[in-house]
Amino acid sequence: MTKTQAAPLLEVKDVVAGYASEVDILHGVSITVHGGEMVAIIGPNGAGKSTLLRAIFGLLAARRGQIKLKGQDVTNHAPNELVLRGLSYVPQVDNVFPSLSILENLEMGAFIREEGLAERLEYVLSLFPDLAGRRGEKAGKLSGGQRQMLALGRALMLDPNVLLLDEPSASLSPKMVDMIFDRIKMINAEGTGILLVEQNAREALSVCHRGYVLAMGENRLEGEAKSLLDNEEVGKLYMGT
Amino acid sequence: MILAGKRPAWARGLKPSDFIATAVLLTITLAIPFIAYEQSRGAFPDGNIAGTMSFYTAFLVTVGVFALLTMGLNIQWGYTGVINFGVLAFFMLGAYTTAIITKGDPQGDFTTYIGGWGNDLNLIPALATDQWLPFVIATAAAALAAGLLALLVAFPTLHLREDYLAIATIGIAEVMRRVVIEERWMVNGSRGLTGVPQPLGGLVDQSDYKYLNVVIVGIVVIIVFFALERAVRSPWGRVLRGLSDDEEATAASGKNVFAFKTQSFVVGAAIMGIGGSMYAYAFSALSPDAFTHLFATFIFWAMLMVGGSGNNKGAIAGAYVIWGLWTISLQMQGYELGDVIESRMPFIRGLLLGVAIVGVLLIRPLGLLPQERRVSAWVERRVKKERSTPAPPAET
Amino acid sequence: MATPQTISPNLGDRLRGFQRSAGNIAAGGGLWAAIIGFTVWAAFAERDALTVGIVLGAILALGAVGLTLIFGVLKFAHFAHGDSMMLSAFIAWLLLNGIIVGERAGSETTLLPVTINDLPGADSAIWEFSFGYGLIVAMLLTAVLTAGMMVGIDRVVYRRLRRRKSGIVIFAIASLGLAFVMRSVILIFWGPTPRLYTPGIRNRIDLPFDVSVLADQLFILAAAFVVTGIVYVMLFRTKLGKAMRAMADNPDLALISGIDTDRIITWTWAVAGCLIAVAGVLLALQAHLDSELGFALLLPLFAAAIVGGLGNPQGALVGGFVVGITQEVAVTFDFLSPGYKFSVAFAILILILLVRPRGLFGERS
Ligand SMILES: Nc1ncnc2c1ncn2[C@@H]1O[C@H](COP(=O)(O)OP(=O)(O)OP(=O)(O)O)[C@@H](O)[C@H]1O
Ligand SMILES: [Mg+2]
Repeated sequence: MTKTQAAPLLEVKDVVAGYASEVDILHGVSITVHGGEMVAIIGPNGAGKSTLLRAIFGLLAARRGQIKLKGQDVTNHAPNELVLRGLSYVPQVDNVFPSLSILENLEMGAFIREEGLAERLEYVLSLFPDLAGRRGEKAGKLSGGQRQMLALGRALMLDPNVLLLDEPSASLSPKMVDMIFDRIKMINAEGTGILLVEQNAREALSVCHRGYVLAMGENRLEGEAKSLLDNEEVGKLYMGT
Repeated sequence: MILAGKRPAWARGLKPSDFIATAVLLTITLAIPFIAYEQSRGAFPDGNIAGTMSFYTAFLVTVGVFALLTMGLNIQWGYTGVINFGVLAFFMLGAYTTAIITKGDPQGDFTTYIGGWGNDLNLIPALATDQWLPFVIATAAAALAAGLLALLVAFPTLHLREDYLAIATIGIAEVMRRVVIEERWMVNGSRGLTGVPQPLGGLVDQSDYKYLNVVIVGIVVIIVFFALERAVRSPWGRVLRGLSDDEEATAASGKNVFAFKTQSFVVGAAIMGIGGSMYAYAFSALSPDAFTHLFATFIFWAMLMVGGSGNNKGAIAGAYVIWGLWTISLQMQGYELGDVIESRMPFIRGLLLGVAIVGVLLIRPLGLLPQERRVSAWVERRVKKERSTPAPPAET
Repeated sequence: MATPQTISPNLGDRLRGFQRSAGNIAAGGGLWAAIIGFTVWAAFAERDALTVGIVLGAILALGAVGLTLIFGVLKFAHFAHGDSMMLSAFIAWLLLNGIIVGERAGSETTLLPVTINDLPGADSAIWEFSFGYGLIVAMLLTAVLTAGMMVGIDRVVYRRLRRRKSGIVIFAIASLGLAFVMRSVILIFWGPTPRLYTPGIRNRIDLPFDVSVLADQLFILAAAFVVTGIVYVMLFRTKLGKAMRAMADNPDLALISGIDTDRIITWTWAVAGCLIAVAGVLLALQAHLDSELGFALLLPLFAAAIVGGLGNPQGALVGGFVVGITQEVAVTFDFLSPGYKFSVAFAILILILLVRPRGLFGERS
């Protein structure tokens, strides 16, 4: 644990959040992502994984607890401020602008800051050559896998420090899943910290450094990805072994 | 809440707005008889009981008719959240249906209309059926016709987003007005229909009919009010309320949301038809020019919003307050306001109604009177639901 | 840096996309065929009505594009659209000659000390038009004023409702209330009597193919064409316009992308205000200035926007022409008196809602 010397990239401490006025969905969740790290959050349906990402990203008020980005408190900051501070988020569904072209989708990703737009665009398109060939086409016409790539691309446009990904592999074909994970690893290798929410526990843990298991809105387990992979409980619950 | 500590026991728990509401109601109640007296002095310089009473009864009858229409709107918007910007259509249809059923055959070269069955409906003269039967039939037909029209409008629009129905109701109002004006053979076009018979009119002296008029309209308002209160508390009404609270939950419990929305829209429209029917009896003359958007749609929205949506008492109170203020402002025209204001008074009143609606939405979304159910709470839940509805998963 | 292998254009994807759009066109085929057939027939049988229909269609298109923009970005039906158009037309009238109703209804008085018509030659007719350059100046100034007015209304009314997370129905009712406020303002200042911008004679121009139009109508078409072009460039070439379309598409994702949604909303009102002003002035030039017209106009405007698919600006453009032409040509039929013009718009609206509620260009629901 040498990394803990510097302030973590993203630090979530005892966050409580929920939708309806009375009901809490998250009952004090804590998560840390260090620089260059790739962290998985796994857990059953309805565990609150998506809710956690929404709370981190300021789309849902954190009722208690604290969220820090690069050591600075960003609890309940507005999304556009978080984007400026280097946070990016790819939601689970509805993550492209269907009637905008691929190029326009990417431009929207860089709405806040335009410097270096052209180079960034080239980089993102080089990551996803599938998109490069169809940049004028409407995003609504893309297949599921390409849509997911575009969503990733949009989030990468500002060269974020931390990328929040909500089930990027959901309902994709195995080939596409491999391709997406491959790209995520590439992005991580460039130095971007990644917080990856996944149902697909085995796949997620095999690419990530560390992992958290979330259940019923609470931290259940955490540790090195390898040890979680070998953990009996995790195996039983989420990998059907 | 500076006064809070000094209040007598009975007044604790009351909000400042309750005092405002009471003050407004009291002012109107005291002012109108005075205005009626002032108005009667136009004809009788020393004032006159008969003149005062005919003004006052006309005021009450108008409030009654408007209260019916506002209650109809309340069932649609207040309870179910269905928007109707074309009250005019159902109001007008009710009024004209009533007129052509109760009137006799067309008289004279310049009058053409269909129907004219009034005299044929005296089926059992021994029971004085000419005094009541045509009217019962006509009012029932008015309700039925308005309900059917509502069904027709609801079918293509009610399963879409709420605002599509709003647009369609504006359309049906336009079509209704056009048909009445253009199709002279039907209801005499822009000349209108006069001499609509009045229920029980043969039983009292014509100069005293105004009192009977108040009683009849009053009874209908009371019947409709209690019928609605019962309906709203029945299992059907509970579904309606549940529907406005959470459409999805209601749907999930196996209720057909579309059917219930349609029913509430149709029932509300039928009540508007009855209101139109009462209008025809009360004023005995119909002209398409009288059915403007302002007087046949918009004013009821103002009444409902000010009175308090989702509350039948609020609907009646709203009709009373708005029409009371309207009447007071009419009287104020008699005083020295200066030509500039005086000649524009009708338009200024329209402006104030619009401002009242927007103001109520911004400042007091619940209206003047305390409510049974909060529309805004419903709206908040509704928004949350909209935000959280998951999209279908992306295809691969 | 990663250099993944280039993948050749995905033929399968393209084919599937093609299939899907072909299916859509086929589904809408009946409607399209009917629209095109009707227009071609009208070109032979009812050429004058068709011409007027095209002019009216251009005006409706401008109004409907504004309406659909508001719907797309703000997600509510703006029931004050017709009345704002009329109010703008009257504002242009005021700028032009400074006149309002005087002491008594029917009398006139001058409100503005200086007016556009005071400029040298502002009211002497250009070419065959019935108006001088003053009207054009007034229209542009009105566009600025109306844009400001719409932004102001948003600040005072709609933004507060947004902050309170009010539902679309509340917005609809608020906009209806504002529609009546605007209409009353017109009546208070200008009274119920219809007015014309210029009393002069309207010259007819003969065009090839036996078509004759009023010179003013050529101006209307040209102006509508220019404004549509500007709006198109704005929507598809500028960052602001793209952000508007993005918000219309997926407001949550716009927020997530860091787009300042409040700013986009402000700009949407400004753009819609300009469209409202131009459409209002052109409408008043084609017909007249009339407080009654505003509310009635909602029907063809909504019909146009719904024909094109609510929220779709290109669709609204086409929808405007479809409604304008159908309306004008239909009332030439013996069984439909001209009074039914707006009822025809309503019939189109219901038909579309029945067969293709998402409009001519929308996917089938
Ligand atoms: N918009 C919402 N409004 C109210 N409750 C919600 C909303 N979204 C999710 N919930 C509830 O919050 C809980 C957690 O949901 P969340 O989407 O965070 O789960 P998840 O772990 O992401 O599950 P999944 O694997 O299915 O995506 C669930 O019980 C869900 O019903
Ligand atoms: Mg989730």
